[in-house]
Amino acid sequence: MAELSGQALTLIRGDRCLFRGLEFALKSGELLTVEGPNGSGKTTLMRAIAGLIDPDEGMVRWNDTNVKRIRQAFHASLVWMAHRPGFKGDLTLIENLRFESGLRTMRMSMAEHHLVRLGVATLTDIPFRALSAGQQRRVALARLILTEAPLWLMDEPFANLDAAGQDLVFEVLREHLRNGGMCVMATHQEVELDAPAHRVRLQ
Amino acid sequence: MWTFLHKLSSPPHFYDLAAKMIPWFAAGSLLLIAYGTVAGLFFAPPDYQQKDAFRIIYVHVPAAYLSMMAYVVMAVSAGIGLIWRMKLAHAVAAGAAPLGAWFTFLALVTGSIWGRPMWGTWWEWGDPRLTSELILLFLYFGYMALRAAIDDTARADRASAVLALVGAVNVPIIHFSVEWWSSLHQGPTLIRVGGPAIEPVMLWPLLAMILGFMLLFVALLLGRVRTEVLFRERRSRWVRKLVYPEETA
Amino acid sequence: MSDREPELPGLLDGLVCVIRRDLHLAWRRPGDVLNPLFFFAIVSTLFPLAVGPDAEQLALNGPGVLWVAALLAALLSLNSLFLNDYEDGTLEQLLLSPQPLPLLALAKAIAHWLVSGLPLVLVSPLVAMSFQMPARSTAVTMLTLTLGTVSLSLLGSIGAALTVGLNRGNALLSLLVLPLAMPVLIFGARTVSLAAAGDATSAGVYFLGAYCMLALTLAPFATAAALRISNE
Repeated sequence: MAELSGQALTLIRGDRCLFRGLEFALKSGELLTVEGPNGSGKTTLMRAIAGLIDPDEGMVRWNDTNVKRIRQAFHASLVWMAHRPGFKGDLTLIENLRFESGLRTMRMSMAEHHLVRLGVATLTDIPFRALSAGQQRRVALARLILTEAPLWLMDEPFANLDAAGQDLVFEVLREHLRNGGMCVMATHQEVELDAPAHRVRLQ
Repeated sequence: MWTFLHKLSSPPHFYDLAAKMIPWFAAGSLLLIAYGTVAGLFFAPPDYQQKDAFRIIYVHVPAAYLSMMAYVVMAVSAGIGLIWRMKLAHAVAAGAAPLGAWFTFLALVTGSIWGRPMWGTWWEWGDPRLTSELILLFLYFGYMALRAAIDDTARADRASAVLALVGAVNVPIIHFSVEWWSSLHQGPTLIRVGGPAIEPVMLWPLLAMILGFMLLFVALLLGRVRTEVLFRERRSRWVRKLVYPEETA
Repeated sequence: MSDREPELPGLLDGLVCVIRRDLHLAWRRPGDVLNPLFFFAIVSTLFPLAVGPDAEQLALNGPGVLWVAALLAALLSLNSLFLNDYEDGTLEQLLLSPQPLPLLALAKAIAHWLVSGLPLVLVSPLVAMSFQMPARSTAVTMLTLTLGTVSLSLLGSIGAALTVGLNRGNALLSLLVLPLAMPVLIFGARTVSLAAAGDATSAGVYFLGAYCMLALTLAPFATAAALRISNE
């Protein structure tokens, strides 16, 4: 049973205080949505949770340990999906995924299966930059699924996706939560799932 | 003792304490530099080789020492700021850099002036110390340029701290390389004043000037850091109270 | 097909995978390899054109010009070391991978050397010949250039990490890296001159070797710290 929690998180960017004394707790099978208007600091909070930014005060804890102390183990337990796809445009999607498997644990034996399911299996031989934005997002989803990490960090996962794509995200997410995973998601959209959900609202 | 240090690292306390300390350092520095200048110009006898030209060491040598001392101060405080996350330490590093650059420039100019009568030119690449000083000046410029290029103060502090530490590791290496390089060349170098043992009557003004420059550096640094602190904390309550004392909290 | 639990990739896997990825990318974009090489060749041609074809003059100044040209050519490609990764989001993924960041930084520097430094070393005998430098100095030229360009890739990765994403980062990068690279230049060029004159060269070679070792051990940590700072 894994647990992610944030205590007294405060972040000041330049002159603006984005959030102060933020608290949250997330267990396996649960979803945390981070909501707020554009520019309110959603992405910054996501980055702070991931460990890319050090909060000015407070800490993020993974299984009751400060993530700063167990950085590598924490990174082994999470996958990040951001605005930018995080793949090399000049390489094909299969090459990209293969290289990723050298960086983190990925179940490459299931790669074909999931690519078919995500509807991108036929695009394996063209450079990644030739894919549409929606298709690139689906490949990013493939990274999430194949990595089998308990914590998913998703920053605006529904952007650039058509209705079918968005349904895919829901389906994949539902499965992940049912299997004991957890997810922190920054989004504008209303997320309706049969899973316990927490909310953080930023101004 | 710990409470004193803890207080010192708090910006408003530092601001007040520094204000009290500056006049002492300034006065001490003024006295020492005055004595050093007068004694160096009038009381020390002319050098047996260089006659009166050697007197410029009373400015050149202290400037050169301070140029390196300032770099050490900058690198150490940047390191403290990076490791222990003390904002004041970063402010000290930021304040020390331009001072160090000016001292380096002064050392270069006085070195060039000193060398002119001997070399016949305004610059001599064969002199290892002068070439090292030039590279040191570039290191200072790099540090200040990096700071200026990054808008976010916190990021600028930390990035320039990494640079300062990398530079600190390289400075001895640079010195050594330039020494080796010029030793191959057997070019004319700035001759050691007074031969192997420097006479006391020449030495005392030099020591006074060095110490005076050090105190001057500290006084100027404290002043610069006060300004830095004021700027960085401009939105905090204690600064508002300073600027608008009649405003009730 | 057996479906055993996938294991966390080891350190060597991480190192090799990043190097291979960058090499793959360089293969797809040959300009990355060729541009520094052309620059090196052109600058080396400018020198005799500017100074005159007198063989003795060329041979005397050849080592210095060769080294300066190699330095500048290697510097050219440093700016893009992390820039592409920063822009397409792969840098973020590297920062969040379970692999130790200094290891990945080392991998990037090694890949940079393989793409930008090694070709220079391989082409240097031709350039040395065109400068009428004696054949006995070729081995030392190549050895010192190897050690020097490796050091430069490592040192440059620190600068590239500090300036990634900044406006006019390119000019700033040169200002940051060149003063630090001066010891390498001094020892490299002078050692080659000594070799050409037939004198003992061990001092210079040992120094360059030591500097290279220092850079190999310390630079990846500085680069990793700089990458974290630049991505906050």
